[in-house]
Parts: sequence; structure tokens; C-alpha cells
Amino acid sequence: MIQCKTSKEIGGMGHSLKRKEDARFIQGKGHYVDDIKLDGMLYMDIVRSPYAYAKIKKINIEKALKVPGVAAVVTGRDLEKYKLHWMPTLMGDTQMVLPTDTVMYQSQEVAAVIATSRYAAADGVDAVEVEYEVMKPVTDPFKALEKDAPVLRTDKPGKKDNHIWHWEVGDKAKTEALFKKAEVVVKENIYLPRIHVASIETCGCVADYDKVNNHLTMYMTTQAPHAIRTVIALVAGHVGLTEEKIRVISPDIGGGFGGKVPVYPGYVIAIAVSFLVGKPVKWIEDRSENLQADSFARDYHITAELAGTKSGKIQGVRFKVVADHGYSDSQAAPTKFPAGLFSIGTGSYDYDTAFMEADAVYTNKPPGGVAYRCSFRVTEAVHAIERITDKFAMEVKMDPAQLRMNNFIKKEQFPWKSPTGWTYDSGDYHAALKKAMDAVGYDALRKEQAERRKKGELMGIGISSFTEIVGAGPSKDFDILGIKMFDSAEIRVHPTGKAIARFGTKSQGQGHETTYAQIIAEELGIPAENIAVEEGDTDTAPYGLGTYASRSTPTAGAAAAVAARKLRDKARKIAAYLLEVSEADLEWEPGKFFVKGAPQKSKTIQEIVFAAYTNHPQGMEAGFEATHYYDPPNLTFPFGSYICVVDIDKETYEIKVRRFVAIDDCGNIINPMIVQGQVHGGLTQGIAPAMYEEFIYDEDGNILNGTFMDYLVPTAVESPHWETGHTITPSPHHPIGAKGVGESPTVGAPPAIANAIVDALTPLGITHLDIPITPYKIWKALKEKGVVKPVA
Amino acid sequence: MIPAPFDYSSPTSIQEALNLLKKHGDDAKILAGGHSLIPMMKLRLATPAHLIDINSIPGLSYIKEEGGFLKIGALTREVMLEESDIIKAKYPIFTDASKLIADPQVRNMGTIGGNIAHGDAANDHPAVMIALRAQVVITGLQGTRTVPIDEFFHGFYSTAVQAGEILTEIQVPIPPKGTGSAYHKLERKVGDYATAGVAVQVTMDGSGKCNAAGIGLTNVNATPMRAKRSEDALIGKKIDDNVINQAAHFAALDCNPSKDLRGDEDFKRAMIQTLTKRMIQKALSRAK
Amino acid sequence: MEKEITVTINGTAHTVKVEPRLLLVHLIRENLNMTGTHIGCDTSNCGACTVLMDGKAVKSCTILAVQANGKSITTVEGLATAEGLHPIQEGFKENHALHCGFCTPGMMLRAVELLKHNPNPTEEEIRWGISGNLCRCTGYNNIVKAIQYAGAKMRGDKLPSTEPQFV
Repeated sequence: MIQCKTSKEIGGMGHSLKRKEDARFIQGKGHYVDDIKLDGMLYMDIVRSPYAYAKIKKINIEKALKVPGVAAVVTGRDLEKYKLHWMPTLMGDTQMVLPTDTVMYQSQEVAAVIATSRYAAADGVDAVEVEYEVMKPVTDPFKALEKDAPVLRTDKPGKKDNHIWHWEVGDKAKTEALFKKAEVVVKENIYLPRIHVASIETCGCVADYDKVNNHLTMYMTTQAPHAIRTVIALVAGHVGLTEEKIRVISPDIGGGFGGKVPVYPGYVIAIAVSFLVGKPVKWIEDRSENLQADSFARDYHITAELAGTKSGKIQGVRFKVVADHGYSDSQAAPTKFPAGLFSIGTGSYDYDTAFMEADAVYTNKPPGGVAYRCSFRVTEAVHAIERITDKFAMEVKMDPAQLRMNNFIKKEQFPWKSPTGWTYDSGDYHAALKKAMDAVGYDALRKEQAERRKKGELMGIGISSFTEIVGAGPSKDFDILGIKMFDSAEIRVHPTGKAIARFGTKSQGQGHETTYAQIIAEELGIPAENIAVEEGDTDTAPYGLGTYASRSTPTAGAAAAVAARKLRDKARKIAAYLLEVSEADLEWEPGKFFVKGAPQKSKTIQEIVFAAYTNHPQGMEAGFEATHYYDPPNLTFPFGSYICVVDIDKETYEIKVRRFVAIDDCGNIINPMIVQGQVHGGLTQGIAPAMYEEFIYDEDGNILNGTFMDYLVPTAVESPHWETGHTITPSPHHPIGAKGVGESPTVGAPPAIANAIVDALTPLGITHLDIPITPYKIWKALKEKGVVKPVA
Repeated sequence: MIPAPFDYSSPTSIQEALNLLKKHGDDAKILAGGHSLIPMMKLRLATPAHLIDINSIPGLSYIKEEGGFLKIGALTREVMLEESDIIKAKYPIFTDASKLIADPQVRNMGTIGGNIAHGDAANDHPAVMIALRAQVVITGLQGTRTVPIDEFFHGFYSTAVQAGEILTEIQVPIPPKGTGSAYHKLERKVGDYATAGVAVQVTMDGSGKCNAAGIGLTNVNATPMRAKRSEDALIGKKIDDNVINQAAHFAALDCNPSKDLRGDEDFKRAMIQTLTKRMIQKALSRAK
Repeated sequence: MEKEITVTINGTAHTVKVEPRLLLVHLIRENLNMTGTHIGCDTSNCGACTVLMDGKAVKSCTILAVQANGKSITTVEGLATAEGLHPIQEGFKENHALHCGFCTPGMMLRAVELLKHNPNPTEEEIRWGISGNLCRCTGYNNIVKAIQYAGAKMRGDKLPSTEPQFV
């Protein structure tokens, strides 16, 4: 049971408060980018390349210009005149806005058609004629690294290969020495394919440039409005659009999951066109454009090795990664972490030896490397460690739960220093796994499995005991384009004791309007329902880096608590003045200060706030407002243990997830209902890549499944009935002891599912399968092993 | 994703629709449920100059038993098959199939006539109709003709419906006593086109012998196909596991799947084998 | 050539001239400015654009506006009445069945039709019943709960608990 310090009326932390934002959404009154309609607005649609790699010989726009309603066609040559044809990526690489010479991936933007209606713009796109000289693309990152591979980024002077960067962490020599002498070494090649966040709302914007005032209002689907404003100023400052002349508004967002962090060419073209014609320009992606051209996630080729003893003690890991970034490194990761937080891959286990390295590669595929509801490459790392740990358990013939229990970092070892340099803040891994095992009935399931195996039935049980790393991040290490990754809160309490709070983050469904209000309610005793929360407008919100990587609660949530505490300190002074006692004589309970030993002598927070405007002590600043920019001292390390039970049809190899129990520990819980909702959603985005989603390219770089007909987003039928629970191990350094939770399930679920499926297939000789694991993939693997034979 | 411009008519009689078809020739397309056609038009893979919307023609939506046949009007929506009492009681194979076609909203619009007239081997009703030995009624300005299902599918998206004609009715022989039928397909997720699908109808005499059998296969051939050798393996036999396995084996050998994202040839043959076996068993269990 | 059509939306008849190719969803969103109905894909897979047409749930991105001539459409804006929220809206709100809200209107309208045909559906029936609507945020558990809640409310049964259940 979660203990609440505040009453239900106040609705502070721990209450399952119903969400404040829902009232508008259930009535169709959400306000998304495509709902915006401005006077004189033009519509933009984009001509895209059918080829993965080709020279543009000619773009003929004559026919398109004759289409009724078409106002203009913009090409890379047009943007070149303003030096807007290239832009920087968030990782300091460069990316084309529109090409002048060469297209580098299928569905790349080639030209933009501007028209008076959506329909006319589409007709215009149909009428643009492009002549290409098709070249042979490089789609395999390993081939791209070969000596004689054609150099793709010929735009980069002196670039002689397709290598982007090398990253490594850990003690290489010590690790090599361990692996030489270790009793047991297991190894697996693990590939996490390209996937796509596929939020149900695609990306889009309305760029509204006012020529008279030289001012741009940019309504767009962005998870990080302030960072975007700064990027626009960096890209377009030379044409006079400096930061104070730019207002970025992120209205309601129909799901983000990392896909709405980057700056896509469409946004920049819309701004450029609006700037040139002085009219608002709307650009809304189609789903196929969204899937085929927007930033992907994963595409990590991992070689994972684990060393240990025959008795089952894990002693060290070694990971080697080849990261396919497509034609530009346009991932959204902190500057110092080109492989994101992959170094969390040492996992939940107690050992002191690790070495990890990654090499990033250019290919003729869409650029990117964003998260998919995960904190910077954590999913990749967790998948590798949890898969290889299962393989190790298999090798030493130990139950995977027992092996984990034997190797977990113990509760009393926290804060724990990992061999890759992190300091895990807190954890109780044994408790989480124990709870999951009890809830699922682990021992009974293993007995049932043994019985079923005797009958030739395929039943599997899989565990994942993951450690997440979220809340980027401490400014000493974390920045994006040089901007430190703090976040902010500003609280204004009105004379009548009601408040508005503004944040640098941006909810895309996470429920900030409710949870931030609860944090402030907890600290100030003002009922959450009296606290309006606002985000997403750079003109009004304090600067912040936005919402992704489960960072909102760890950073902006902390900022809310600290700002509220500043106000409580002020309230104490006012209360002492009003009650004519010294501050030291006052005690606080949520909602009021009272005199020690005389609880009838008290002032409510509402009375105190009113006094701040009507009767404040001489010499004190009037009003009741506070702002805080929170720079976290450390990251937070949520964790959990998941257990998945599957039954596999022994002829069709259809996989049925019979049970899935998820125990999460995200520290103190602000709103149990919302935390649970986040876990449910994350789990479905965990089963998605585990069993359904991946992009498939042919060798010519054609994407073979670029629509929802073949990119298989799970429905309610594929998604099982999730069973969830929690343990609570507060973060010792976070003001409210919270850790962040939105992504844990996406990170933790895939290895639990993969481990369960492999466990089911162990009697047939299967020791590993890459995700997504489908009936077809199982059948092929069994065919290779000679277990099934083609019909003859 | 916006369709290219086109003209639109909404005739209120078959005659009017046929006249329009004649007038516009190859430039015209029939719009029934629209859930195959409109997505193709949005992708501009289909750009008809004229759409003839037959949804306002009365009398094309019905499910009835008459003259020895179950007659289904071409404009009958999938959802009507799901909800029909006659279907539930006597033709469970349609319930099997309907539940697996796309999703509820699509089934509210999609028509059985369109599902068949599209000539797509990936659609589900064609295999069912093959198993049930249905016939298709086609109407043109010259009148009406009836085509056995085995002569209906000519090739990829190509059927016996000629220029100027409209598919108006499907006729399924009312099965004799002792008949059971079943359909299932494997799909990557719910609502997907079949990786492989099998429809089976068997008629048993009182002694456990099979008098008649129909087996249709989905999406493992350029056209919806009949598994003839599998049927022959059942007909006249007392059905036991060996007979069923033989029939399933023939279906797997005789189909002609091609490799795509759903699987390679070998996988699809293996799935056809399993599904054929299971659907024969299920049809048998329903035979009464 | 433009066609004149009359479409009744949430009880109000609208007579408009439209291009035959105009999609119903664009008629609703662009021509008539009711933006509660959303667009999430090109291929009739996601269901975000679901509305009721003569009581049947349909995907308005795959229906021409001209096909809706003479028909009656219900969108999310038409669910609530002067008396208050529709039970399905209440169900979604009380059971945390939405996060970003983008799929919610289509999901609710399909649920309304489902409950009309099957007032007391099982979890399995609900899951199959909403298989034409994709939600990327919620993991569906609470959507199932919301539909069960709305069903109970519409039947006049005791309302199920809306508290989150934990193992």
C-alpha cells in the first residue's frame, strides 16, 4: 500500500488522481497541430525519392506549377540561395534539408510543393518530374565499413570512409585478461533491428512568419520546444530570425516516444517557405512518410560476451556494437554519449569487469538513431545483458531466476559503482524478482513446464531483471548541442491561493498536468485541482530541454518540488509574521503552518498566499512566485523484474503470451494510476519489437514495409492482459525520491519475451533468436537445425 | 494521401449502373465497400476517371436460402455475415472467415461481392467459395449469367467479370445433411492478409465415409485455388488420421506460394499442411 | 465536378458542395471544422478516424464524403449531451484509458457500436472488437476496463472499481 501524506482533497503524492487533461480529450477538444487553421494558410506536401541512392539530374516543376492551387515548388537549389539546404543534427552531424545533387535514402525529401489546399498540394507532388541517375546503395553497415566500400558522405571534405565515430568504455586490458582465463564464456550475436515509434499522430507543423514584425510562430509536434527554438535560431539566425523573434508552441501531442525530438527537414522547409512568402504554411506527414523517412530507433548489431564461473558467478561482460545510423548521425543523444547510455549494459549484477565499444556507420538508409520509448540506447544494452545472462544460465545449467538472485547487486551495496562508471542510486533487485516470482507462481510454472515438455509441448518462462538509467542529466556530463540538460519549473500562486505552474518539459500523454500538480500539492498543500499546469510555449514556459528519456519526473518534477519548497520557506516567514511567533515555533502539515503546542493557532496556505499580496511583512518581496532550474546531482536508476510465460504451437509456431507479470520500482510514486498506465503502455511497446515490428530493406535500399499494412503495430488482440505491481525504493538524491517510469517496460519487456520464447524452444535445440521473434523466424531456425523439414 | 480527381455517379438501379459502365468503359471502376479500392486510389495506384458507386442500388444486400442455394447479394456487408442467424446456424465457415477479415470497421463497409470480385488470392472468401463449390452471378446489359467458382478466377486481379458487367450474387449450394465446414488462416497479426489460409467442407454419410469434399486455399497461388488432390484423397474414404494427413500433404505439395514478408515457400507449404489437417478435423467435428 | 451533398453530423444537417474525391474525414475536419476526428494512417489500419455512419463504426479516411450523402454521422463531438458525458467518455476518463488522446475519439466511437451490439462483452470480445483501432500509449488494459465500465453504466449495473489493481 502506498502511504499518502496529504488528504484526498489535496491530492498530493500517492493518490490515484484522475487526469486533469482527459476532460478535453474525451470530448474531441484536444488541440493538435493538424487542428490549427490560420487565415491565408498554405499547405505543403513533399516529393520523395523512390531510390535509396541517386543523383538528381533534373527536377521539372513546370507541370506542377500549372496544377490549380499550386503556388510554388521549392527545391534544394532554392534553399541553397539562403544557405538553408543543409542543417545541423542534434549530434553535431549535418543533414540535408532538400538535396541539390544527391539523394541518400529512399523517401528522402526531394522537393516541396506549396498550394492553397492539401488536395492541390498532393496533385502538385504527383506532377513534379524528377530525373534520377540511380546508384548502387550501401545498406549493410558491415559492408559499408569494408575498405573498398564507396564513400557515401562525399559532401564532407576529406571523408575517406563510412565510419562516423568510435566509442568505448571500461577496462579493456582487464576484460581481455578475464575472458582469457574465465571458466565459462558465452557469446551471442544479437541484432536489434530498425523500428519506428509510430505515434498515432504523425509529425507536422504550422510555420507562421509575420513579415511586418519579423516574427515566427512555429506550432509543431515537438517534445522539446525550447531546444527547437534554439536550433531554429542557430540555423536561421543568419537570415534575421534570432531567438527572441521565434516562438515555438507545442500543442497537444499525439504520442512522441522519441520520434518528435529531432528536427525534420519538413519543419525547416515550412519555416523557409513561410519566411519567403509571409504566409502560414502547414505541413502534416502521411503515415507512410512518417514511417519511411522519420528517425528510426535501434539498428544495433551487438556481439555480447559474458564470462563467469562454472558455479554460476558472473565475472565480466564485453560488448561490441556496430551502429547503423543511416546517412547521417541525426540521433538525439547527449553530446558526450554518442552511444547513448549503452554502458548501463552491465545490468543488475555484481561484478567489476566490463568493456564496451561501438562504431557508428553511414549507410543509404534514413538518418536517425532516436529512442523508441527508451533512454538513449538503454533498451539495446538491457536486451544484450538479459539475453546473454540467460544464455550463461543455460550454459552453467542453473535456473535463470536462481542465477540472477545469486548475482544481483545487494540492497546494502548501493550506491553502487558500476564497472562502466555509473553510480546506481538505490535498488533492491532481490525483492522485485521475488515479488514477480511469487505473483506469477514461478515454481509451479516450472513444474508444469517439465510436465508439458514430456508431452512435447512448447511452454517457456522468461525473466528480465533490468536496471534503467534515466533523468538526463547532471550538467557536468549531459548536454545537447552544448545546452546543459537541467530542467525547470515556475510556480505562480495567485492571491486567492490557486496556482499556475509552467515547465520546460512537454507531455505527450504522460499526464504532466496531473502529476506536476500533485507534486506541488504535496509540497504546498494547495489542492492539485487548483493548480493549472502549462507546458510547450517558449514565450511563457521557463527554459528546459523537454520530455524524453524518462527525464521529466527526475528533472522537472524535482524542479517543481524545489520551487514549491522555496515558496514554503516564504510561507513560513509570512505565517510567523501573521501569527506573531518566530519561524522556529511553527510546524508544517500539508496545507497549513501551526504553532507548536497550539495547533488551533494556524494559518492555511491560502491565507498565507493572500497575505503575500495584501499584507506582506515590510521588507519582504511581495507576491508568491518561485522558479527553479534543477540540475540533478546524478541520474536515477529505476529497475524491475518481469516474468513472461508463453505457449507455442508446435506446428504453426504461433506464440501466445499466457502471462506477463511486471514488477517495477521507480522510487516514490506520484500517481499510482498513471504509473500503472505508463507501464501498461510501455509493455505493449515492448511486445511490439519483441514479436512484431521491424523495418525490412532489400539490397537496393527499398523499404518493404513502410505502411501500417506491413509495419505491424500490435492491436488489443496481440497485446496480452498485463499484470503489474511495484516495489518502492526511493531515489536518495531526488527531492521527492522518484525515479521516472515511462520507459522501463519498453526496456524490460523484450528480453523477458525473447527469453521465454527461447526457453520454450530449448528442447528443440534453440539457444537464441533475434527479435522480433515470429512463427516464420522460429520455423526457419528449426529448419536450419533439421527439426522441421520442408514438405516433400 | 489524397486520391487523384475523378467523376462520380451514384446509380439507383443495376440498369443505370450498367449503362454508366458502358459509357465510361475502362475509365470507370465500381465502388462497393471501397476498402480495397479507396486505399489504392489514395496511394494513386488506382486512378479511375469515373467511380460508379453501386451502394444506392436497392436489393443487392441479402442472405437467403432459395431454390437449393444460399444466396448472398453482392452488396452484403461482411458484418451481416457475422450477424446472420442462418449463417450462424448452418454455415459456420462464414463466421470463421468473417471474424478474420480486416477489422470490425472495415467489415461494416466491406462487401462479399467486392471481396470476391477483386480477384485477389489474398482475400478470404474466394477459398471459402471454392470449398463450398459456389457459383457467381454476373449481370451485364445482355442479361445475367452464372459462372462456377472454378471458372471465376482468371489471374492476378482478373476474374470472369468482363468489361461492362457487375457481380450481383453469390450462390452456395445448400449442403446436405452430414456436412461440416471450417476456415482458418494464419496471420502476422489480427486483420492481416493470410500467410496461408484453408477452407474445408466435407459431407459425411452415416458410417464415417466422406461423400463429398471441397478444399480451397488462400494466398498460396496466383489465384485462389482448389486443392483437388486433397479433396480426392478424402472422397469415398473412411476418414482417419492417415487419410487426413494424406490430404494435407497433397495440399502442401500442390499449392504454389511465393516468398514475401509473411514467409518463404517452404514455410507456407508447411503451414498449408498443418491448416489443411486442422480444418478437415474441424469440419468433421461440425459435420452433422 | 463538384457534387452537392447533405450530411447530418451530430444531428445538424450540412449541405455542401464537394469534390467527389473529398474524403469524409476531411469533410468533417477541414470543411466543417470538427477536429475531434483524427487521421493516423493512409491504409485504413489505425482507426483514429472512426465515426459512426448511420450507427455503424466506419473509417472516415476510407469513405468518400459523397458516399455519406443523406447519411447521419456521429463524431466524438456528438457523444456528450446536455445531461453530461456519454458513459463511454466517463469510462475512459475514470479508468485512465487514454494518454495522448489521439486514438481516443475513434476508439470510443467503435466502443459505442460494440456495446450496442453486445452490451456485456467479455475481455476477449472487447479486444477483438477494438482490433481495428491502434493505441500506442495505453497498452489497452485500461481501454478494456473503460468499455466494461461503460457497459455496466449503460446496463444500469453496479459500476466496477476504477482503482488500479496491482499484483
